[in-house]
Amino acid sequence: MINQLLARHPRLANRIWGFTPPETGTIVLVHRRVYILPTQLGWLFALTLTILLVGSINYALSLGFALTFLLAGMGLAGMAHTARNLARMAISIGRVEPVFAGEQAQFRLYLDSRASFDRPAVLARHIASRAQLVVDVPAGGLAEVILSVPAQNRGWLPIGRVMLETRFPLGIFRSWSYVEPNLRCLVYPRPERSPLPAPTAEAARGAMRSPMPGNDDYSGLRTYQLSDSPRHVAWKAVARNEDMLTKQFTGEAAAELWLDWNRLPPSMGVEQRLSRLAGWVIAAERAGVNYGVRLPGNEVPPGRGDAHHAACLQALALHGVA
Amino acid sequence: MKSVPHPLTPEMRQLTLKDLVWLTGSFALVIAPHVARAPWWLTLLTLCLFGWRFYYTLNRVPLPSRWLVVGVALVGMFGVWLEYRSLFGRQPGIILLVLFSGLKMLESRTHRDGAVAAFLGYFLIITNFLYTQTIPTAVLMCAGVFTITATLVGFAAPNRALRLNLRTTAVVLAHAAPAALVLFVLFPRVQGPLWGLPQDAYGGMTGLSETMAPGNLSQLALSDAIAFRASFEGTPPLPALRYWRGPVLWDFDGRTWSSGMSYLIGYQEKPMQGEIYRYSVVLEPHNHHWLFALETAQSLPERSRMTFDHQILSTTPVRNRMRYDMVSVVSNTGLAPDEERASLTRALRLPPGYNPRAVALAQQWRSRGGTDAEIVQRALVFLRQGKFVYTLEPPILGRDSVDEFLFDTKAGFCEHFSSSFTFLMRAAGIPARVVTGYQGGDLNPVDLIVTVRQSDAHAWSEVYLRGMGWVRVDPTAAAMPRRVEAGLAQALPQTATLPFLMRPQMELLRALRNRWEAVAHKWNVWVLGYNPERQRELMLSLGMRNADWQKLSALLFAFLGLMTLALLVWSLRRLTRPDPVQRAWALFCSKLARHGVVRESHEGPRDYSTRAARALPASRRAILRIASLYIGLRYGEKAGEKASRPSTARLQRLVGQLRLT
Repeated sequence: MINQLLARHPRLANRIWGFTPPETGTIVLVHRRVYILPTQLGWLFALTLTILLVGSINYALSLGFALTFLLAGMGLAGMAHTARNLARMAISIGRVEPVFAGEQAQFRLYLDSRASFDRPAVLARHIASRAQLVVDVPAGGLAEVILSVPAQNRGWLPIGRVMLETRFPLGIFRSWSYVEPNLRCLVYPRPERSPLPAPTAEAARGAMRSPMPGNDDYSGLRTYQLSDSPRHVAWKAVARNEDMLTKQFTGEAAAELWLDWNRLPPSMGVEQRLSRLAGWVIAAERAGVNYGVRLPGNEVPPGRGDAHHAACLQALALHGVA
Repeated sequence: MKSVPHPLTPEMRQLTLKDLVWLTGSFALVIAPHVARAPWWLTLLTLCLFGWRFYYTLNRVPLPSRWLVVGVALVGMFGVWLEYRSLFGRQPGIILLVLFSGLKMLESRTHRDGAVAAFLGYFLIITNFLYTQTIPTAVLMCAGVFTITATLVGFAAPNRALRLNLRTTAVVLAHAAPAALVLFVLFPRVQGPLWGLPQDAYGGMTGLSETMAPGNLSQLALSDAIAFRASFEGTPPLPALRYWRGPVLWDFDGRTWSSGMSYLIGYQEKPMQGEIYRYSVVLEPHNHHWLFALETAQSLPERSRMTFDHQILSTTPVRNRMRYDMVSVVSNTGLAPDEERASLTRALRLPPGYNPRAVALAQQWRSRGGTDAEIVQRALVFLRQGKFVYTLEPPILGRDSVDEFLFDTKAGFCEHFSSSFTFLMRAAGIPARVVTGYQGGDLNPVDLIVTVRQSDAHAWSEVYLRGMGWVRVDPTAAAMPRRVEAGLAQALPQTATLPFLMRPQMELLRALRNRWEAVAHKWNVWVLGYNPERQRELMLSLGMRNADWQKLSALLFAFLGLMTLALLVWSLRRLTRPDPVQRAWALFCSKLARHGVVRESHEGPRDYSTRAARALPASRRAILRIASLYIGLRYGEKAGEKASRPSTARLQRLVGQLRLT
């Protein structure tokens, strides 16, 4: 409920959390941002202490007092330890691979202990999706947290608020903090499986520029270029400790294919069109043809390879996104 | 650098075999002392429950249904009821808790359940203190606290190395210790109990009682348990003069002496002639009112009264170890020379028809004439020359116990001697009464404390001699002088059954015991005997007058606040301290910034120093020198190693000496 309220009043939330999301760079959990309260178990512990104290008074048990006070001191020390387990920890962001809508975005965060002690049992929870993971952060080292968040819609998916929580060492206190790193995942449109369209007249022109490299027949090796698909790298040659080489193929169907927004039936909605186009991009890449994407106000010229594939899908994902 | 994901919240993590072993180990430590007190079937049942729990985890089958657990609980409770006819006394209550530990194990599925079970373990620790609070118990229970806490830490960080978890446990407990000490000393103590205690709460305490029948004291004398300890200012009196007065017994029914009706008198100080002794007594709880004091007491401890027959009674039964200061005078003067008639009549009363031979003997003494004192002497001579045997295992006596002892068996313990002597005196027309208490006690040469054990329990007599008052006569001493001079062990024949440590051969063991008891005495006084009064005394000695609960609480919270602050500082300590190289560099940057050369956030040390050197040509050399030192220390091959310490010192010196104009 409070979370909803704060979501509606971002400025109030910023004041309370002590930061303005999203936060760029490395986030350090300063003490101000680390909250601490007893857990349910902690209240039960307090109840146990009360009973022990009353029993000690009633039976005048000196060692009973000693036990009660030792446990009370332990509660106090436990509180400091729990707060310390989060305080001054640093969070930095990692890479996020683009995903298709309907898949899980894998957000990578790195928890940096930044201390000479380890920070065991730190729980990271993605607030919106409740995806969570517990990691032990080693002393002076990093722990990687991968939060799998379902990606529903195409476009940019920001990570949103993440809670870091710990109950170490006694489980009677819970210390937590919120972060909202500047980390987003590119979500491609949900691809629709459908047969590739016939090449247009424009595309046929390209087909004459033969021979074009394709995927079908092996024709030799050339030096590796960054845009080459890992599938075509001559890994055996790499294993022999030679340079990175790419296997070259000649494609018979080395045609040029324009995947055009305007050629889709006018009855289709925006998202439907983008899904269809995304499906075509995948199919075209797999078929080994040269393909380009044409959107209203945007165009990716024909090409092929992983980088081109990604560029086309990104164009589709961000169509109409400010 | 690697992170191992593990199941999430404690509510979702299942207890593993490792967790079960830890929990079982914790329970084993805290339950072990109860095993001797619990009925055997319950120990067996609890063991079975633990075993049953292991079976479930080892075979990966789901735990039994709640109803089965409830069923087992009901059966167990019924068994306890059969055993004790109650479920709510101290003993049955604790036995039930032991049973519940097994049941809790059986229904614990997750780490959260396990933590609740661990709290039950903490609770079981305190139940041990209801029976014993000795140093070994405390040590064992410390081990219990450590194990339970380590179990909790294991639940919170299940994937962490055991070594690290144990270290965390030790650190947490070490951090808890100062707060625990402050709380122990300053927490405002109130005198319990807060409500009525179960009937059997103080069962099993040994000590003297209000009655004395043949066999009572000799049973008590087999016990090595400590009755009280007394520490004297200066030298204690000789053993033969150490009579510790307890219950005074007036009424005899032919077999049993009992104290009968008694009343309190206002205590008036009547200075007596003799040697004055000042001492303090730490009395073990015995669940009666008597406070023992050396004859003859010249002061009255707080919250106590004196009866007309010079017993000191506490206002409440002594149920906790108690400490009081006393002054006594050892003298030959009699007590209460102007005793009331009614009391004297009472001190002559005898049950008719008992012990005819003893009555005849006494009347024979009386008819031979002479003063009361001479008759007393005749009786003592009779006892001394009668070849009596002093034994802890006296023969069983019939109806006329005095007759049988004096003329047939001639073997008995102090109760037989005093009982018979008092009987003889009354039969001879001399008012007499039995006094019980303790005689002697061991002087520990290590700390000069006299330890009086139950085995020092003694009974003697007092006769009323006109003009003198009540005078102590110890018929046992008359018959067996060694008893009061050198203690029980010397008076008994070598073959007699004696408490193990009282045997004279055990010299080395006794020396060890003396040392140990000196420690145990300190423990009793300072740890176990720390009560509201002690707290007040301590506060007074620290210069705090009228330490009431408000003042103590204020002090307590002040200290606890300090502790919390200290813990906070500790938790930040290793984080806020940047390394010396970084500190020196920061100082360098701020010095330059004061002269207008502010480091841009994108600027590395080389660019920055070059720019600064250009802007401040007067200090060019120094600036470039510092920058190159810093770069070497930060990014060079030896960065962060010990070998770089001299360069670090140089950097610090250069930065410190840097004067910009």
